[in-house]
Amino acid sequence: MKNKTAKEPLMRIAKRTDMPVKQSVIIRAAAVVIALLACGVTIVAITGGKVDFLSIYSEMFEGAFGTARRIKITVRDTCALLCLAVALAPAFKMRFWNIGAEGQALIGALASCIAVKLFPNMPVAPLLLIMFFFSVLAGALWGIIPGYFKASLGANETLFTLMMNYVAIQLVKYFVVLWEKQKGSGVMSTLTTGMLPKLFGVDYGWSIVIILILTVLSYIYMKYTKHGYEIAVVGESENTARYIGINVKKVIIRTMAISGGLCGLAGFLLVSGTHHLVKADLVGGNGFTAIIVAWLAHLNPIVMTLTSFFVAFLDVGTAKIASACNLNDFASDVVVGVALFVILSSEFFVNYKVIFNRRKKAIKEGE
Amino acid sequence: MNLAYILSRAVAQGLPFLYGSTGEILNEKSGNLNLGIPGIMISGGVAGIVGAMLYENSVAVPNGKVGLLVSLLFSLLCSVALSLIYCFLTVTLRANQNVTGLAITIFGSGLGNFYGGSITTLLGVSSSSVAATTAAYKAPLIPFYDKLGAVGTIFFSHGFMFYLALIIAFVSWFVLKKTRTGLNLRAVGENPATADATGISVTKYKYITTCIGGAIAGLGGLYYAIDYSNGLWDTNSFGDRGWLSVALVIFVVWKPNLAVLGAFLFGGLYIADIFVPGLTSATKEIFKMLPYLVTIIILISTSLMKKKENQPPASLGLAYFREER
Repeated sequence: MKNKTAKEPLMRIAKRTDMPVKQSVIIRAAAVVIALLACGVTIVAITGGKVDFLSIYSEMFEGAFGTARRIKITVRDTCALLCLAVALAPAFKMRFWNIGAEGQALIGALASCIAVKLFPNMPVAPLLLIMFFFSVLAGALWGIIPGYFKASLGANETLFTLMMNYVAIQLVKYFVVLWEKQKGSGVMSTLTTGMLPKLFGVDYGWSIVIILILTVLSYIYMKYTKHGYEIAVVGESENTARYIGINVKKVIIRTMAISGGLCGLAGFLLVSGTHHLVKADLVGGNGFTAIIVAWLAHLNPIVMTLTSFFVAFLDVGTAKIASACNLNDFASDVVVGVALFVILSSEFFVNYKVIFNRRKKAIKEGE
Repeated sequence: MNLAYILSRAVAQGLPFLYGSTGEILNEKSGNLNLGIPGIMISGGVAGIVGAMLYENSVAVPNGKVGLLVSLLFSLLCSVALSLIYCFLTVTLRANQNVTGLAITIFGSGLGNFYGGSITTLLGVSSSSVAATTAAYKAPLIPFYDKLGAVGTIFFSHGFMFYLALIIAFVSWFVLKKTRTGLNLRAVGENPATADATGISVTKYKYITTCIGGAIAGLGGLYYAIDYSNGLWDTNSFGDRGWLSVALVIFVVWKPNLAVLGAFLFGGLYIADIFVPGLTSATKEIFKMLPYLVTIIILISTSLMKKKENQPPASLGLAYFREER
């Protein structure tokens, strides 16, 4: 029988909020496994079959944990990502799309260097303190500016923070030229003071400790404090926040000051703990990757340790394979991208359920 | 260096911006804040080189026009593929647009620079020359342009992609502003629930517009890769052009017809440090900040004036789910 009723869709989608934690963990674990498989296939594809599919994973593991030095690098990269992701979490919880972590961290790093240039002869301990304050303030300023214009005028924060990145990058390039080692080299000479003392035998030992403490503090701040609650309410609904007497403008500006300030702190750690100089690509895109890392962890700082480790592992592991095949490092970005696509897709199955239309089939069977 | 030459360079610099921003405008008009555009531009550009190189190595005497078509096809396929990934994730699976876009940019710029960086090894070809194709891209459509004086040098010394960019921008403007399709599209971007209620397929509009927009943006990368830099891909040389294209969208308040002027202005600002006298290598860098500062000022002033037609599409960045109210 042909009638002209609208075609019934094969399936429909419904939102769900009732998924048991256990099931959602299984879905996410499955996503990680699928992501790893997809990465393996990608590596085989882009290296033109030069590597054997099964050996990829042992190679990656070797690349990330093979020697004590490699383990340290993997941990360092994980922490660099983690610090920025933790910094972004409060802003994102507020649904403020701060994609300016790159610039906020960079301006923090620049501020640290300026502090060293201003007080070159100061003892290390007070100098580190000054660098710390300079960095946090600079980062906070870079967060407050878009925060203020969002809160007072509703200026689009995604685009604003994006632009602020490049203002920071150009400022850094300007200062690098001023501080150039050799004229025209485009590289500044390494700082000779203002370094964090070694811990666990590495320069960035203290950075790791500070970042881990920060992660825990940030978890407590978001989960158990009044500020954290206010951020969550503003994120859910600004109108509700206003109705219950939260000063939305104040919360937005304050949260962006914190988010930017923490990014600035990340910049301080990069200068004092790892690189001892500033350059335009110091943060190296981590400011963008951290956004995804934070998002995949559902803005939970503790879970971010896992997500940032996952991304750092893929990055370091793929770089190892690429260099073994005489290919360039950008293979890492390709592989990380593929993994992100898979994991982003998996969230759909946690948040929605697909309902297939069984009725039609039932009618057919009845005929 | 005479003024006409400098201006012609500004126009050439502006073309990737024009393609990129026209593509991004279409994306944003459908409500998709596609932050993957920089990645799409880079991979679209390198895909063009890959296509041209494969072709030129496969025949003894390469024909530039065929190379042009092959590279165009490769570029379009690559940009549309990335746009489809973006659409599938954000429209069908309702993933967050910012996060998905950034993932596309990481993937796309990685893919582009990966192939661009080790191109002859990866393709297994002997020669990295795409000279015939490049020549076909660069050939001025009006061969007697040098008899037209300064105007000829500034505007008509470019290859066909200059005209293509202008045509695409004006067609986009026309479609958005003057046609029923454009009206529907804008409705999808402003208020998808209302559009849905009037019977417009939100999903279809978002998919098609985002793919077309991505393809256009990819052409910007293609122009840069094959025409502007002669088919020689230098890692990261594309730089921040992708993000500047996104900035340009705000600068021209989501109007493709204004994007034509804006792109050439940005192109001029981008190379301003070359011809502004008295700049040191340090102050040059401050000068290069101009496009971003100008964009920030525009962003603030448009929100300050609250003029309705100068606002971003209302649902920009939000996934649409029918059952969510």
